[in-house]
Amino acid sequence: MTAYLLKRLIIAASTLVLASMVVFAVMEILPGDPARLMLGFNAGADQVEQLRNQMGLNAPLVPRYLHWAGGLLSLDFGRSYTYSVPVIDLVRERVVVSLPLALIALALSTIIAVPVGVFSASRQGRAGDALAMGAAQLGVAVPNFWFALMLIYLFAVWLRLVPAGGFPGWGAGIWPAVKSLLLPAVALALPQAAILARVARSALIEVLNEDYIRTARAKGLPYRAVLWRHALRNAMIPVLTILGLQFAFLLAGTIIIENVFYLPGLGRLVFQAINQRDLIVVESVVMLLVAAVIIVNLLVDFSYAVVDPRLRGRQ
Amino acid sequence: MKLWKTILAAAVLSLGAAASAFAARTDLVIGIPLEPPHLDPTAGAAAAIDEVLYANVFEGLTRIGPNGEVLPDLAESWTISDDGKTYTFKLHTGVKFHDGSDFSADDVKFSLDRARADNSVNAQKGLFAQIDKVDVVDPATVKVTLKNPQGSFLYNMGWGDAVIVSPKSAETNKEKPIGTGPFKFQNWAKGSAITLVKSDNYWGAPVALDKVEFRIVPDAAAAVPALLSGDIQAFPFFDPDSVSQVKGDPRFHVVIGSTEGETILAINNKKPPFDKLQVRQAISFALDRKAIIDGASAGLGVPIGSHMSPASKDYVDLTGLYPHNVDKAKELLKEAGLEKGFKATLKLPPPTYARLGGEIIASELREVGIDLEIIPVEWAQWLDQVFTKKDYDLTIVSHTEPNDIDIYSRKDYYFNYDNPTFDKIIAELNLTSDEAKRKQLLGEAQKILADDAVVGFLYELPKVGVWDAKLQGLWENAPIQANDLTKVKWTD
Repeated sequence: MTAYLLKRLIIAASTLVLASMVVFAVMEILPGDPARLMLGFNAGADQVEQLRNQMGLNAPLVPRYLHWAGGLLSLDFGRSYTYSVPVIDLVRERVVVSLPLALIALALSTIIAVPVGVFSASRQGRAGDALAMGAAQLGVAVPNFWFALMLIYLFAVWLRLVPAGGFPGWGAGIWPAVKSLLLPAVALALPQAAILARVARSALIEVLNEDYIRTARAKGLPYRAVLWRHALRNAMIPVLTILGLQFAFLLAGTIIIENVFYLPGLGRLVFQAINQRDLIVVESVVMLLVAAVIIVNLLVDFSYAVVDPRLRGRQ
Repeated sequence: MKLWKTILAAAVLSLGAAASAFAARTDLVIGIPLEPPHLDPTAGAAAAIDEVLYANVFEGLTRIGPNGEVLPDLAESWTISDDGKTYTFKLHTGVKFHDGSDFSADDVKFSLDRARADNSVNAQKGLFAQIDKVDVVDPATVKVTLKNPQGSFLYNMGWGDAVIVSPKSAETNKEKPIGTGPFKFQNWAKGSAITLVKSDNYWGAPVALDKVEFRIVPDAAAAVPALLSGDIQAFPFFDPDSVSQVKGDPRFHVVIGSTEGETILAINNKKPPFDKLQVRQAISFALDRKAIIDGASAGLGVPIGSHMSPASKDYVDLTGLYPHNVDKAKELLKEAGLEKGFKATLKLPPPTYARLGGEIIASELREVGIDLEIIPVEWAQWLDQVFTKKDYDLTIVSHTEPNDIDIYSRKDYYFNYDNPTFDKIIAELNLTSDEAKRKQLLGEAQKILADDAVVGFLYELPKVGVWDAKLQGLWENAPIQANDLTKVKWTD
């Protein structure tokens, strides 16, 4: 168990170092000059040079990488070129939108997907199964920005139950803030739930065909008990894997949904920073996301060990 | 059934609540597509900075009015010496900055000297290039001496980049802007909204609105439901393609105005075969402006024949010089020895007018034998490759700075255009303040650019504004980058 986790930790740390090099190199290769972007069409070349010096862009590559990477180790993420505030402040403002949004969406998708998966698997090949999997197919196929717009027209424009977009901030109260995250969370959760339901169904069907299920049934356990206690638990590993991947996706990959609902989340921050060539913001936020993904994957690895006792015994 | 009843009841209730909130409003939520990178108009070119702060938070010696006219602002009047080189500004008294400190001639000197200093990062440093010195005569009088007479000096002082800032707050304006305007900055929730509130110690006519929120809505598709739900009451710069969705709705005003954005098919004048006049003229004949405006701008936008806004008093209509004529274009290419046509690239920045317009232009040029490879680029790439390194054949862009015909005389500008006659006219224009003489020179300048077919002149970018029908006083046109809220009010 300890060796298993230690190995995971070493892999995680070296992934981080490697990622920092790749992220930094990619941003450096990207054409475009943040100083020219800020000064626009009418500024002369000498002025752009002036601003580049002020921004510290003219320092050589390797010292800049070491300075940045060294800062990361002491949790100093640098200062934004365009906003001229510490990157960590920008992240703190954004993460209070993105993290709750991702968690609500994740919870919604799990709550929807697991029962649907179980329902389908236990009625494999029958009408209920076909209907549920047809709906899941639709959920995967519908583009989420379109689905989001339909939700907005129904719940914000027609019924006026929630705002059409925007985020009032947690200072405005818990309910107004949560209310503005509900539609985006649903828009994010449904396609994820559709994928998760399909995975849960096929994992469960596989398990239901195992010998020990037949044994359990043969010794007289009711079908429901077999399904929920024995089968579902054994089908959890693929479900957890997908869930871990989805969380990473939800945290970082929500640019489209954040645009449609104009939410000030992390995805928007990165997108904006790339457009403005605010390199330090992109580099630092991407590193934070890499770290978040790695941590989530570690947790998933750890949860395998909880779900599957055999892993605990392995060296 | 029961669920439906509950939903309907909730809907009716919230509708009622919304209706009662409309009485005697003094608040306003405005949607803007791009977030300003920071809030200091004297330190960045982004239009979004001025579109929040100009005339609302910051004021200059002069200001630009709704139709592009120069109006007095912090300077209540001025006199100009006979040689046209000395401007003496009489300033308003009793003016205070939002931090409570007094405004005086010292702040004017500080602001102008700062903008033209060697280490200045003012994006429009050229506006101040003719200033020789700035003298404080007394706290309410400031004298600006120019190196040469400059016809556009009072106009230049009305730009957002020339607003007056206080030495105490100049370095922190990016985060917490302090000006003299009728609104003061309250809060910036990054990525979300910027809030301004009425300033109580304003020197001029008080404004009708107590609180204004500029909410950032990057997606054009999200703007329509935001208007329909009442969350946002005005979009001064609305996506032309979405206009049809709100046009017939009596709750909204749809206002089509003009901007200073000359949308052009820019040509690299030094790169063969575009160095040949016939080739550039052939391109101009090949363009069908109407088709381009219909396809790229939902039919909104006025065709142009040179680099001047049709809304300008100095505009000369040259659109008849190169009517859409495929045969003529082919003939000219033949004269240039290119009857078999040639291949070239077309680099397109992100705005819709460029991406959609590019597709149409590529198909129009293909008809005369010019085969274009379309290369979409981001703004950062565009500025780097096209604007700075001049590594391009053709590109589409809108030049939104007002009165900017002089860019064609700039050395090393990305058009790579070089015409001494044109340069002489612009040099003379810069020294001329007589209106009639200026008009004549500007007319000549427009004619030369059209004759040389320096670029393909397409159309003037429209300003499409959509706002609540009960709202009054928003600008119809955009003579300068601004959302001036000083005259805005609700009518019930």
